[in-house]
Amino acid sequence: MEIIRILHFLAGFAVMASIYAIFALGLNVHWGYTGLFNIGIAGFFAVGAYVSALVTSPLPTGVRADYVQQAIGLNLPFPVGVIAAGLISGLLAIVIGIPTLRLREDYLAIATIGIAETIRRVFNNERWLANGPQGMVGLAQPLADLLPRRYYNFVYLAIVLAVLVVVYMALERGIRSPWGRVLRAIREDEVVAEAAGKDVFRFKMQSLVLGAVIMGLGGALYAHSVRAIQPSVFTPLFGTFIIWVMLILGGSGNNKGAVAGAFIVWGIWSGTGYFIDRVIPVAWAARAPFIRLLVIGLLLVGILLTRPQGILGEEKQVSRMM
Amino acid sequence: MVELVGYGLVLGSILTLGAVGLTLIYGIVRFANFGHGDLMTLGAYLALLLTVRIFPALGVLDRRLGSLSFGWVMLVSFVPATLVTGLVAAGTDRLIYRRMRRLGVSPVMLAMASLAMAFILRSLIYILWGPDFHFYTPGLRPMLMLPLGLKLRPDQIFIIVTSWVLVIALYVFLQRTKMGKALRAMADNPDLARITGIPTEQMTTWTWIIGGGMAAAGGILLGIDSQVRPEMGWILLLPLFAAVILGGIGNAYGALVGGLVIGVVQQVSTQWLMPAYKPAVAFAVLILILLFRPRGIFGGS
Repeated sequence: MEIIRILHFLAGFAVMASIYAIFALGLNVHWGYTGLFNIGIAGFFAVGAYVSALVTSPLPTGVRADYVQQAIGLNLPFPVGVIAAGLISGLLAIVIGIPTLRLREDYLAIATIGIAETIRRVFNNERWLANGPQGMVGLAQPLADLLPRRYYNFVYLAIVLAVLVVVYMALERGIRSPWGRVLRAIREDEVVAEAAGKDVFRFKMQSLVLGAVIMGLGGALYAHSVRAIQPSVFTPLFGTFIIWVMLILGGSGNNKGAVAGAFIVWGIWSGTGYFIDRVIPVAWAARAPFIRLLVIGLLLVGILLTRPQGILGEEKQVSRMM
Repeated sequence: MVELVGYGLVLGSILTLGAVGLTLIYGIVRFANFGHGDLMTLGAYLALLLTVRIFPALGVLDRRLGSLSFGWVMLVSFVPATLVTGLVAAGTDRLIYRRMRRLGVSPVMLAMASLAMAFILRSLIYILWGPDFHFYTPGLRPMLMLPLGLKLRPDQIFIIVTSWVLVIALYVFLQRTKMGKALRAMADNPDLARITGIPTEQMTTWTWIIGGGMAAAGGILLGIDSQVRPEMGWILLLPLFAAVILGGIGNAYGALVGGLVIGVVQQVSTQWLMPAYKPAVAFAVLILILLFRPRGIFGGS
């Protein structure tokens, strides 16, 4: 029984790490392959999570309706929620891209961080939309009856891994295609890509939307994994910064690096949490999360100073003809 | 409405102090410093350390100045708090950003490192002071009734006056002194500046000291106006960038106008919107500027 418990714990860890790996793959499309500086991942994360929650849960009835408010509740199956999450997140990317993609890269950064903060505030303050600061609880879980309840992590891990593998394979193909080469050309030198006759704005928009769709899927998978979402989850730290650390540590421009970085950083994050909880005095318990934050911040600075290309570095993509 | 414009001028004066430093760093060191809001927070906490811990521990007796909520200890604390913050900013540049520049890392990664610095500074503040709110001085702060239906506290008049004095001092420094001219030359064209013999690394250090010091002053004034808390500067980051882009990147005078406009717009918006949306209002203004005047209302540096 002990082994089962350890395996179950590891499965729970792998679920979260895989979800973060999906975010890191989305960011790799933006930053790693196209050079789009998106520091508002939390916005796409939140939209994905909330859209899937609203699509899959029924409108509250009876007593529950007195204290739970939500704008819509379609009660549709889990796959519909996940797909809707990706679509709406992609639409959001188009709205952000139109004013910012023609401008300097740092303006996109400021715009994305602004959108992310605005979205969080809207979900926090507009209670009619998705129950305000209390958020939505009791989200549906797919195939919940397949195995006994206590083994559910294994079931969900299979679902998350399936999505991760599909996203990974699709990106590996896309990035090796002529389309992927144009993205990398834009990253290296926009003017040259433009001079070569490529519609830079269109390619950047496609990249922004594709990455955002992937992040939306990740948000939906997160929501149904933890089953309860509140606006306070989608902070710049938890929703954006940690994903950047994952990609940079693993190696941006490398999908394997993105996945590896996600597992390593999630391991450090969970490990330091476990360690700090046992070491620091009770009086400091409220400050414990910030010690972990400090560790993650120092980790990023350390990588940027010593190995800015990350552990794996960018993967060389050469034509088979050469 | 007049009241809200008054509060807007107070907030705008505070934003201006952050925005002038941010725009100088943006124009001279050439990256978006996402840690700027947290430099403001650091300044506010250093002043807190001095006024409620260090000076009382030294047995210094404080007396309130007229109808202000604080005494001369606060005025004295201003100097070391801004100086130390400026040195922390310059030290960060030496330790991190300069090394990255020499490694030939892109400015975008410098901006990422500054985001990491923002989280590092804030987590240190959380670890050392905890998540609670603090006040420099306890007690009520009465309002003054001014002509035209304006209502401000004496503290708020002090805030407006102090920030304007600092901004005018910076203006004189940039216009009249040799170093000021060198800084403006660097913002205009760094290569040309280097060719004419301006020690650019040294100027970069001074930019951080000035920018960090100004940010700290803004943070302390914000602490006097409301309260000192760990997220106080981070919340101002979007309004700061809105002010900088409105005024044109690298344009210190533009940042002054930008800060005041954003401050007033944010406060007036509370007539119709929840105060929680103030950063979103600044962001909406920012998007409008990017759409219609991407180089700011006065053009870039």
